Amino acid sequence: MRLNGRSLELTADGQATVLDVLRGTLGLTGTRFGCGLGQCGACFILIDGRPAPSCDMPVWSAAEHDITTVDGLDGDPTTNRLRDAFLAEQAAQCGYCVSGMLISAAALLAVDPHPDEDAVIAALDRNLCRCGSHRRIVRAVLRAAAAGA
Amino acid sequence: MSSPAPTTALPKGLAANPRLATWVRITPAATITIAVGKVELGQGIRTALAQIAADELGVDLGQIRMLPPNTADSPNEGVTAGSMSIADSGTALRQVCAQVRALFVAAAIAEVGLDPATITVHSGVFSDRRARASTTYWELADRVDLDRPADPLAGHGPETVPRAGAEVERVVGTDVPRLDLPDKVAGRPAFIHDRVLPGQLAGRVVRPPSPAATLIEVDTAAVRALPGVVRVVRDGDFLGVVAEDEPAAGRAAAALRAAARWHEVESLPVEHDLAAYLRTGPLDSFVVDQTEPALGSPGQIRASYSRPFLAHASLAPSCGIARWDGEAVEVYSHSQGIFALRSAIATVLGLPEQQVRVEHAEGAGCYGHNGADDAAFDAVLLARAVPGHAVRLQWSRADELAWSPFGSAMVVDLAADLDPAGTVASWSADIFSQGHLARPGFEGRPGLLAAGHLGNRIEPAAPADPPLAGGAGLARNAVPIYEFPVRRVHGHRLLRTSLRTSSLRSLGAFLNVFAIESFMDELALAAGRDPLEFRLAHVRDPRAVEVITTAARRAGWPGRVGPDGAGQGIVGQGIGLARYKGTGAYCAVVAEVEAVHDVRVRRLSIAVDVGRVINPDGVRNQIEGGAIQATSWTLKERVRFDRTRITSVDWESYPILRFSEVPRVEVDVVSRPDQPSVGAGEAAQGPTAAAIGNAVTRALGLRIRDLPISRDRIIAAMNG
Repeated sequence: MRLNGRSLELTADGQATVLDVLRGTLGLTGTRFGCGLGQCGACFILIDGRPAPSCDMPVWSAAEHDITTVDGLDGDPTTNRLRDAFLAEQAAQCGYCVSGMLISAAALLAVDPHPDEDAVIAALDRNLCRCGSHRRIVRAVLRAAAAGA
Repeated sequence: MSSPAPTTALPKGLAANPRLATWVRITPAATITIAVGKVELGQGIRTALAQIAADELGVDLGQIRMLPPNTADSPNEGVTAGSMSIADSGTALRQVCAQVRALFVAAAIAEVGLDPATITVHSGVFSDRRARASTTYWELADRVDLDRPADPLAGHGPETVPRAGAEVERVVGTDVPRLDLPDKVAGRPAFIHDRVLPGQLAGRVVRPPSPAATLIEVDTAAVRALPGVVRVVRDGDFLGVVAEDEPAAGRAAAALRAAARWHEVESLPVEHDLAAYLRTGPLDSFVVDQTEPALGSPGQIRASYSRPFLAHASLAPSCGIARWDGEAVEVYSHSQGIFALRSAIATVLGLPEQQVRVEHAEGAGCYGHNGADDAAFDAVLLARAVPGHAVRLQWSRADELAWSPFGSAMVVDLAADLDPAGTVASWSADIFSQGHLARPGFEGRPGLLAAGHLGNRIEPAAPADPPLAGGAGLARNAVPIYEFPVRRVHGHRLLRTSLRTSSLRSLGAFLNVFAIESFMDELALAAGRDPLEFRLAHVRDPRAVEVITTAARRAGWPGRVGPDGAGQGIVGQGIGLARYKGTGAYCAVVAEVEAVHDVRVRRLSIAVDVGRVINPDGVRNQIEGGAIQATSWTLKERVRFDRTRITSVDWESYPILRFSEVPRVEVDVVSRPDQPSVGAGEAAQGPTAAAIGNAVTRALGLRIRDLPISRDRIIAAMNG
């Protein structure tokens, strides 16, 4: 697979998930485990630019795809703006969901650099937050979009 | 005649941990390390306490290092719960730091010759107006012995410790960004889940299929033979595996689950009739509040309110890491009470406490007594089978939703009479609930899930309640904030329980406030009065008056009731008010909902008074989060089960509020610099639920008294 812009060959346990390989084999712990069922968004990665869960994705199915993790977004100008905006808005309480939120938000801004609030909400609707930071997260994404003008 | 010696009692946490060096250590590289016993749960307490320490010491926030609390060298401040950390730890730390600074001021005068009249401290540097010399905490560190008890007579404040310079509170009271968020937003290792100790192995526990199940037999031979499996552990009904990595552990756990045969029992109540279950008993009944002479018979206006069992449903499953070294074990846990966890582990395993070391490591959001302690103990049990190796144990989503303690289902019966003027003449309440406290160590029980599964098992006791003076459990906020001349409030705790319950954010306050505030609207309607005016007529406390009028003004109370041009539904506003625990934060909420069959909360206007504010944005963040979580509880949440098994085991069977369902939230923080600081984390739960319920009634003209206010409940009310 291609991971964070580099080609990667690895031999993995046949039943391992992409998340197992990221967190375990490669030590890329920025992608979080939330449910193992593809229901919460904490483990989102970009697969060919689209956000998708990595926790229930068998690693063999990632072959020939472009995978980007939240760690791989380091240095990306849009992601930098998003991170700055998350801090400016203090858009987290526990912060466990943030990596997945950044993936969804980065994917949105890549195709729609100036989304309105409804578009942001729609883009984040598959990501769960339990602490109730939703409004701040929406504001942070809008702030990042405005900063990218 | 001599006057009595002045007595100044030390704050609770300081009296228990009186040595200054326990709290404050002058450390190299121009830093000061602060050790506290309260733990970061995603609520931002680490930042708020660092703010207090920085100001009292006269150093910059960037010079403060907050030590991760651990049982070996942090002060034991009990559990981090009940919105008490600012009041408890904040007060203790403020006093400690003031005394530390005073000792250094004295040393700077005596050793360096600084002028006592003009000495100041900035960024840890002591200087005076003559400016001939200066010194620092770090230069003086060898000459000031902090290994001494705090002086109970020193008290705190400018009158006893000359505060450096005129400026007071440089960072307290300001919106300091959270110290822990940069790592979390950058995706760096920040959580216990991310921690990797050398030689660490992966553990899994195979839980019974239902709460009362017992293991008949299990053949572990095939599991032991699987690749990557290091150990299979069985002790009574406790089953687990240790493997080389997560995929191997997952595969082994699945095989072990398939190999186990369990005897299951129908032990659970009927989910759609929890009121009957809670009332049946046996009950421990007690008086919460009663005016004399006792009320003869309850009032003629009556209503009952209920909530189901609720799950913590943290976004991350619980996780624990443990490593045995000979007879001693070190444990990492996102527990709210690392000292109680240490004691509980030592008790169950028959170890001296000194041989158990527990260090706090951050987990995902914590809203009460969740599975953190249980997962830590699971890790301890599995790691015991592989001495010298750390074992990281992570629960599954299903374990998290089915085996963490729940917040108890509750029923509240209210009755009142109105006098001819439309004022409340009498108030009566009966509250039925399981207990809300089963933390490790409470009432001498270990309170650890696996302790009830081991061969040498310790049966769990029925959950208890904190004492009334400690904020109560099922009776939390059962005494209304209003001035009612005749009151009778009784609690009834169920003693034979079939679901495990413990503390969930705000405990009984969530339903008690929902019930009281719903009933206030019902009484206002019966009296023909506006709900806001009716409340103001019954409340005298000016702080309560201020929050409710502030929220009402912000919302544009009473708003318009009727169809809304933009949406499909009918719009209405509702109010909720409470002072958390009767002694904590005041909070008023006005909800605006749009309803047809589904309720959509469009806006929450909130006013809160937490006394003196340490971090205004921290308060807003806690209130917003609490209100959004309470909206989720109110509209959607309900633990599901049949007579045998818990059936809400994933995010589809236990749905929570999504982005598209989240209301706008506006928070006004009323400033009260002259009042003690109190916590904000739980204040919004009850008032939010009540405001939503009352708004639904104003929009639709029907009253939903049983939570959650779901589509099914609304349709049933329309047809009923």
